[in-house]
Amino acid sequence: MKEPTLTEIKENRLWRSMGLSDEEYQKICETLQREPNYTELGMYAVLWSEHCAYKHTRPFFKLFPTSGERILQGPGENAGIVDIGDGWAVVFKVESHNHPSAIEPYEGAATGVGGILRDIFTMGARPIACLNSLRFGELANDRVKHLVKGVVSGIAGYGNAVGVPTVGGEVYFDQGYAGNPLVNVMAVGLVRHEQITKAVASGVGNPVMVVGSYTGRDGIHGATFASEELTEESEERRPAVQVGDPFTEKLLIEACLELISSGVVVGIQDMGAAGLTSSACEMASRSGSGIEMDISLVPRREAGMTPYEVMLSESQERMLVVPKDGSEEQVKAIFAKYGLPAVVVGRVTDDGMIRIYDGEKLVAEVPAKSLSTDGAPVYLREGKRPAYLDEAHSFDPEILPLKSDYTADLLKLLESPTIASKEWIYRQYDHMVQLNTVVPPGPADAAVLRVKGTTKGIAVTIDGNGRQVYLDPYQGAMAVVAEAARNLICCGAEPIGLTDGLNFGNPERPEVYWQLEQAIKGLADAARFLGIPVTGGNASLYNESSGEAIYPTPIVGMVGLLEDISTRLTSSFKEVGDVIALLGWPGSELGGSEYLKLVNPIPVGKPPRVDLAREKALQKVMLEAAGERLLKSAHDISEGGLAVCVAESCLQGGLGAEIELPWEGRPDALLFAESGARIVVSLKGENWARLQQIASESGVPLTRLGQVQGSEIQFRHTGVEHPLITVSVRQAKDVWKMALEKALLAERG
Amino acid sequence: MKIGIVVYPGSNCDRDCQHVLADVLGLDAELIWHDRTDLAKYDALILPGGFSYGDYLRSGAIARFSPVTESVISAAQKGVPVLGICNGFQVLLEAGLLPGAMLVNDSLHFRCHSQYVRVERDHTPFTYGIEPGTVLEMPVAHGEGNYYLDPVDLAELEEKGQVIFRYVDAEGRATPEANPNGSVNNIAGICNEQGNVVGLMPHPERASEAILGSADGLKVFQALIKFWEAGQ
Repeated sequence: MKEPTLTEIKENRLWRSMGLSDEEYQKICETLQREPNYTELGMYAVLWSEHCAYKHTRPFFKLFPTSGERILQGPGENAGIVDIGDGWAVVFKVESHNHPSAIEPYEGAATGVGGILRDIFTMGARPIACLNSLRFGELANDRVKHLVKGVVSGIAGYGNAVGVPTVGGEVYFDQGYAGNPLVNVMAVGLVRHEQITKAVASGVGNPVMVVGSYTGRDGIHGATFASEELTEESEERRPAVQVGDPFTEKLLIEACLELISSGVVVGIQDMGAAGLTSSACEMASRSGSGIEMDISLVPRREAGMTPYEVMLSESQERMLVVPKDGSEEQVKAIFAKYGLPAVVVGRVTDDGMIRIYDGEKLVAEVPAKSLSTDGAPVYLREGKRPAYLDEAHSFDPEILPLKSDYTADLLKLLESPTIASKEWIYRQYDHMVQLNTVVPPGPADAAVLRVKGTTKGIAVTIDGNGRQVYLDPYQGAMAVVAEAARNLICCGAEPIGLTDGLNFGNPERPEVYWQLEQAIKGLADAARFLGIPVTGGNASLYNESSGEAIYPTPIVGMVGLLEDISTRLTSSFKEVGDVIALLGWPGSELGGSEYLKLVNPIPVGKPPRVDLAREKALQKVMLEAAGERLLKSAHDISEGGLAVCVAESCLQGGLGAEIELPWEGRPDALLFAESGARIVVSLKGENWARLQQIASESGVPLTRLGQVQGSEIQFRHTGVEHPLITVSVRQAKDVWKMALEKALLAERG
Repeated sequence: MKIGIVVYPGSNCDRDCQHVLADVLGLDAELIWHDRTDLAKYDALILPGGFSYGDYLRSGAIARFSPVTESVISAAQKGVPVLGICNGFQVLLEAGLLPGAMLVNDSLHFRCHSQYVRVERDHTPFTYGIEPGTVLEMPVAHGEGNYYLDPVDLAELEEKGQVIFRYVDAEGRATPEANPNGSVNNIAGICNEQGNVVGLMPHPERASEAILGSADGLKVFQALIKFWEAGQ
């Protein structure tokens, strides 16, 4: 293939088809003091894409709290690292693969897993867990079913084969994601401090090596594709979706970890979005050096690839390694053991330039810094509060008819795929390999992994709530951080770090920009107040289809630490006669709830106000109570409110509950409101006094709700004769357990 | 006793098996990379779970041609105890050390969950001393575990007492509901005619510590120790 000439580029304004604006093209010409050739233009186009350059989100990153006693690596590297003591550290990061998954769900999701795993082991850590956060349209739609099945099989197909357990996640089904599903994947790794490795290309004269899989034509402009809206034509972008090979990834994990242990690595970086271009430029710009390489040496799986194609290929399972000069043969020998090529393609230089040769011929020469996020344009825009908010907020739940019996509503909620058991999904994931999964997916608010050879446990969760963020991006985003933290403390783990995934629509639209700005502020304020540092993040903008943006959906991945894993808690009720209590403040805000969704599919009402001081106090009490082993179970109140929370604890434990709501107010609000700062706990009666003491010392209300009983779930309202809800555990469990599978397998019509 | 754990490229339960044998039971257990053929020093061999060579073809179909597999076959023929777990079981089938074949699960999905398994016979090194009828809780995690054997050979397999593990419910009944993958006769594990080669789909190494939910799987490895100590 012949590459277009400078004249052809200009005449046809080829940068536009690569996603660059005319102004951005001008900026490139100014930087280079000349016009870029086709290869150079392609390199700028991918690295200046929203996906790689964070053009709209970067200005907000300074808002995040990024320091803390445990932080060993904050934002700016492949993944963040937090210290967990005894020489161990946890590495974690979230990444989105939304657009590829919309077009090709299996490979899109699979390569998402592959990419995030490489971000972890490139830091020297062994990946020990994966989680995922998924958003789909309603399951009545056949295309949505196809996407769900494809994404779940893709995550399973890749994760199961590489031998990293998929231990948790969350899934929502909502019309707001019908055209543009979200697939965010999180990986967690464990590393000894002395093994931590960075992605830097330092040491002039050190070799630059391409290791791992062969380079092909797949995934060219994947990063660009990830940075544009989905349209009818997106189907044609299928070649921009990469194809994953978990077998090679497994070999690459073992080879890279062995290489890092050998002590010869100066820097190592995954070739993810924008492939060789991004890895070379990021490694060089981080250390202020340059890289010179000859791409004719890059091992390829296809003949006749042009420099443009080699530089932009997003073929998976590849790494760029800078080892110490003279250790090339050692590197090759380690990779040869795993049947993987390792080839010297260039050297580190001191002039800050990325210089690409194809044999003798110089095909690209650009300053590394100008390609990196330091050189890419930044856009500050004027946001505008969306018009839909006033109408949505004007909804008054008081207009809903009052009922004397809410059993049917509870069953409908338990049957809704967002709330129903996710067993159909997680039983397809190997969640046990590596023998660390002490609390598997299902029975608790977070997964808990042990750290072999210590008493420690790591709790991990991933959370988001697009409906509430849609109704109030600032409050909604704070609520996401608060909920993730509650999920961890409900397992007895102290939150020690978070990473975010920002999924939004087109930021060039003032309303979307406003959502983005408000939500980031919310995330940052909540993280700062709760003392949970942000170690990094990912942004996926332009999540739109047919001109409709998704609900603004910031996702939070959070990691918690249990010093003594034997103090862990799950959410299931354990024993008949145990006291059930609410730890936290009574809540009755129905706005944005799943209960209202039963009435009105579009989110309405004002979402619950987040009170960070309460959340913090609750966190302290919960951790003290868990540490003193006062509790049998803990489950945070979120989607579906108190009623669903209690029901889930019953269904997980196979036991019933007798509950009496002692507060005044609308019964549906008391049952189904999703107000924060609330945890339902169960405990032995003899521990009540001590729990009350701990709670009152921190000013956290503790309210007795009832007790665990045999086989029925019953809710009463004080002073009202007829119970609000009466249902057998068996009936509720049948509905809750099978709903997702039924909805997925149901034929239309 | 020295135990060798065969590691094919793509195996992913090798380190788990080593953890249980070495860290939990204090045995001498070594990993054997697939290019090695000198297995003489090992008193027992374990083929662990995973996706050998990616398993893009039939599970275990490529591993069957691996250099180390030739040596596993010779060792097995000499009577060395060999245990294939999950993918290791699939490799033993492909290598012809055990009869039958694996089909895709009848659900067409990978299934990973806790499972009850009944021990049928105690004449193998891996069930030695376990009372037949004992129900063990050991997880399954596989996409191709639907064991198949034609009716004539199946009758012979049953007749000769080569069915070693069966999927059952908590009460020990081999019902269709307790069968996670559609295997004929709820078969979870079998042995060869001599009894020294055993393959099973459930993962005993994943059920060897109480903190992980069950320690029943430990009995399988402890059986090997007893068998060895008894000098059988």
